[in-house]
Amino acid sequence: MLSLKGQLPDNIVTTKVDDVLNWARASSLWYLLFGLACCGIELMQTGGPRSDWDRFGAVFRATPRQSDLMIVAGTLTYKMALRTKILYEQMPEPKYVISMGSCANCGGLFQLAYSVVKGVDKIIPVDVYVPGCPPRPEALTQGLLKIQEKMMKEKFARRAA
Amino acid sequence: MSFEELIQTLQGKFGAESLVTTTDRAGDPFVMVPAAKIVEILTFCRDDASLAFDCLSNLTGVDAPPDDAEVVYHLFSYSKKHSLTCKVRVPKSNPHVSSVEKIYPTANWQEREAFDLIGIIFDGHSDLRRIMLPEDWIGHPLRKDYKEAADYHGISTSRPSLLYPEKG
Repeated sequence: MLSLKGQLPDNIVTTKVDDVLNWARASSLWYLLFGLACCGIELMQTGGPRSDWDRFGAVFRATPRQSDLMIVAGTLTYKMALRTKILYEQMPEPKYVISMGSCANCGGLFQLAYSVVKGVDKIIPVDVYVPGCPPRPEALTQGLLKIQEKMMKEKFARRAA
Repeated sequence: MSFEELIQTLQGKFGAESLVTTTDRAGDPFVMVPAAKIVEILTFCRDDASLAFDCLSNLTGVDAPPDDAEVVYHLFSYSKKHSLTCKVRVPKSNPHVSSVEKIYPTANWQEREAFDLIGIIFDGHSDLRRIMLPEDWIGHPLRKDYKEAADYHGISTSRPSLLYPEKG
């Protein structure tokens, strides 16, 4: 096979189409501005200047139509579950979900309550579960990095239509 | 006024036999009021110059096993700086209490909460709907005999324990 090494000028790089597409997608991961309980406060802190999600290209959007990522941050009640499902369905494909904190993971502290859904994976598919009550910004940031890892492994150009 | 003086005032107006007081339990002393008289008594409490209860600071419902439900009224007077706790007891099989919304407008939402969670029906309430749970919810979950449904709109209400699978 012909080696391109040393054959091209300095301002040209070679790569795979999937890598470029995934790199672009993973570096502009817009998440839905959506908090349910106290984890929502921690989510705001994570988006703030100290942990600064902007440096990953992750910024919040106030509409599901422009969001790639839903972070379910907080206790999900049955009343909210139906609305959460609608929000998820309004997001365009491809879309990802982080379940943030014990309550979203399994109902957490409130799982014996009559009004609390025992895990957000009862209603929508979850990609990354972040444990904690609430998870610290570092933990949530690792969840974001895990989503980016997952995106980088996908065959985006040849995905099923 | 002290609790004893408040009760004397009320018993002077409504008679001693219908107002049963309890002072020996932990917590605030309270007076048990017949359900039929609650509107009359609270109106008097608000309008009488010496009582002057201008604030219904709390109204809540309680399940009183085995057969009863209670409504608890916490009255407070900003001008006189005294308070009074009244209770009404009704059977759970027929839990009707007159609404006090006309006397204290703040009772509107609090009675809706007691209806939502305990299932007490407040006769004369202007808008007796559930206030917190979804409108299509079945049952009143703070009743002791409440049984959780197996699912809500297809969402299962159980999650098997990873540590103790046999418990479900």
